[in-house]
Amino acid sequence: MSSIMKHHLFWPLCVLAALLLFNLCYSPDFFSITVHDGHLYGSLIDILNFGAPLILVAIGMTLVVATKGIDLSVGSIVAISGAIACLSISRGADQNSLGLILTSVLLAAGLSLMLGAWNGLLVSGAGIQPIIATLILMVAGRGIAQLITGGQIITVTSTKYAYIGSGSLAALPFSIFVVALVLVIALLLTRRTALGLFIESVGCNPAASKMSGIRAHLVILSVYVFCGLCAGIAGLLLSSNVSSADGNNAGLWYELDAILAVVIGGTSLNGGRFYLTGTVIGALIIQTLTTTIYMIGVPPEITLVVKACVVLAVCLIQSDTFRAAIAARWKSRHYPAEKEMSRHAS
Amino acid sequence: MPLNRKYIPIVVTILLFIVMFTAGSFRYTGFFSLQVLMNLLVDNAFLLITAVGMSFVILSGGIDLSVGSVIALSTMVSASLVQQQGWPPAVVIPLVLLMGAVFGTAMGAIIHYFSIQPFIVTLAGMFLARGLCYVISIDTITIDNTFYTAMAQTRIPLPGGSFLSISAVIAILVVAVAIFTAHYTRFGRNVYALGGSEQSALLMGLPVARTKVLVYTLSGLCSALAGVVFTFYMLSGYGLHAVGFELDTIAAVVIGGTLLTGGVGYVLGTFFGVLIQGVIQTIISFEGTLSSWWTKIVIGLLLFIFILLQRVLSSRRLTLKE
Repeated sequence: MSSIMKHHLFWPLCVLAALLLFNLCYSPDFFSITVHDGHLYGSLIDILNFGAPLILVAIGMTLVVATKGIDLSVGSIVAISGAIACLSISRGADQNSLGLILTSVLLAAGLSLMLGAWNGLLVSGAGIQPIIATLILMVAGRGIAQLITGGQIITVTSTKYAYIGSGSLAALPFSIFVVALVLVIALLLTRRTALGLFIESVGCNPAASKMSGIRAHLVILSVYVFCGLCAGIAGLLLSSNVSSADGNNAGLWYELDAILAVVIGGTSLNGGRFYLTGTVIGALIIQTLTTTIYMIGVPPEITLVVKACVVLAVCLIQSDTFRAAIAARWKSRHYPAEKEMSRHAS
Repeated sequence: MPLNRKYIPIVVTILLFIVMFTAGSFRYTGFFSLQVLMNLLVDNAFLLITAVGMSFVILSGGIDLSVGSVIALSTMVSASLVQQQGWPPAVVIPLVLLMGAVFGTAMGAIIHYFSIQPFIVTLAGMFLARGLCYVISIDTITIDNTFYTAMAQTRIPLPGGSFLSISAVIAILVVAVAIFTAHYTRFGRNVYALGGSEQSALLMGLPVARTKVLVYTLSGLCSALAGVVFTFYMLSGYGLHAVGFELDTIAAVVIGGTLLTGGVGYVLGTFFGVLIQGVIQTIISFEGTLSSWWTKIVIGLLLFIFILLQRVLSSRRLTLKE
């Protein structure tokens, strides 16, 4: 039993289960999934579908956090990637031509790779603190996204592009397959090759890993590039889901949600060990929380208060000092009571 | 006389401001006037006040992401108490300031006593403050209290036909007090020492815990004051006020030449950092054809240049030491 409780997925899964259980009590048909025109419909499917972009961004963020870094620019990259794809499609003569869609998607992916590389170069090459290096793109990126869209919301009518974010494959939303693909690739690369170990060792101690022959610069650079790519794909999913690109609001607060998902998943912000599956569950918790709050009819903005409490609680639990303080308090609280009892007994 | 290296960033900032202002004056008619200069202060009073608080946090080696939300919460609390509950402003304003200070103290205490990264604690603070705004109300609350409108409309005439607003005067006072605190008090020296090296500060017997918590208290207080000034400026309370404001503030501090690793920088630099942001906005509005998002791109670019400059300067200092 205690070995189960010590497993890193135990607490995140408990929270997710508690949230789902609450939803079940609140509305009994929460778990019902109906088949309509060969597609599955239901709250659970919605959570997976709407949570897909967040899961993607959070997967990239996990690897960055594992190297003791942070990427604040993911929200901006989400906006830029969606904007460039929609712009390229809206300029095309035939919006449904497969070639155009492919070029646009590749263009967006390539651009987000470059933006990720820019972050990575600033962090690994110039040696700037990650939070500051990515802050530059976070500020400028929104401007660039609005520059691309011209300050307007670009709408596209391409049904093929809309398929990426809202289409279905084998009765399940297509976006789930995209997420699964990225997750499997990330898991294979980090757990079946030495790359994961390299990332963890760079996160623990960059100097020591350099001494032992790991090219720390290259590892850090590739992690930011991967994070940029994940954010770019998430931007494609988001913009194609609504068939439009909004430079101002697309991906707003995504960096915070992604960091929250990573932290809930058990990866420490101090770098080192990382848990990709934990992150996915963390992202699902956030999405379920949002859905729950929409469902019980509280103003959705109140989610922020709940998120604040969650992130604070998780960080406190992760803090060694806090655990030690609680443990000390626990002991000192029981001690006088026991003394009292023994005095009365005698 | 060779220039001391530690003054290079602040000199660059001041020169940049002068160059930008001169360039604007040559390019646009009506740009070179005292009023344009004063408007930089009038329109950016709240940014200036917040940035001063943020300077202390960054000097101490931390970061405060909650400033924008605390401003929004201050406008919201002020608006709801004055407008909906009918409390007198003389009670509401001190209460709001106290709230900001307590908010900052709580975050500072969590950061210090549980040794959690300032980034994540203030991030939670940011969520919390924004969320609390919506708990009060989701809509805008407009203020028509006579005191607030008087504060918003009073113009203090200056020689040469220009004027300042009360908010701008408050901001200048805050800057003056902050410069004094940073350079001529024990607390200021402690902040610099803490930013230089927390370990050394601790070994020197400096009150690290008190200083660290006080720095965040100060930042919370400044944000709340900025919120009050923002209420004068907007005459409303709204949960979406000052979204993304923490980035503008950090950018102003960095452009002002403060090193983000802490320990190096000047409050005066922050003052000019804010003015540079104001000049960029003014130039873009004078240009007319450029859209507002260019402001973000230019600020991002400046941020990049200044961080790189700091990087070059600090690495040269390190190699000299070796």
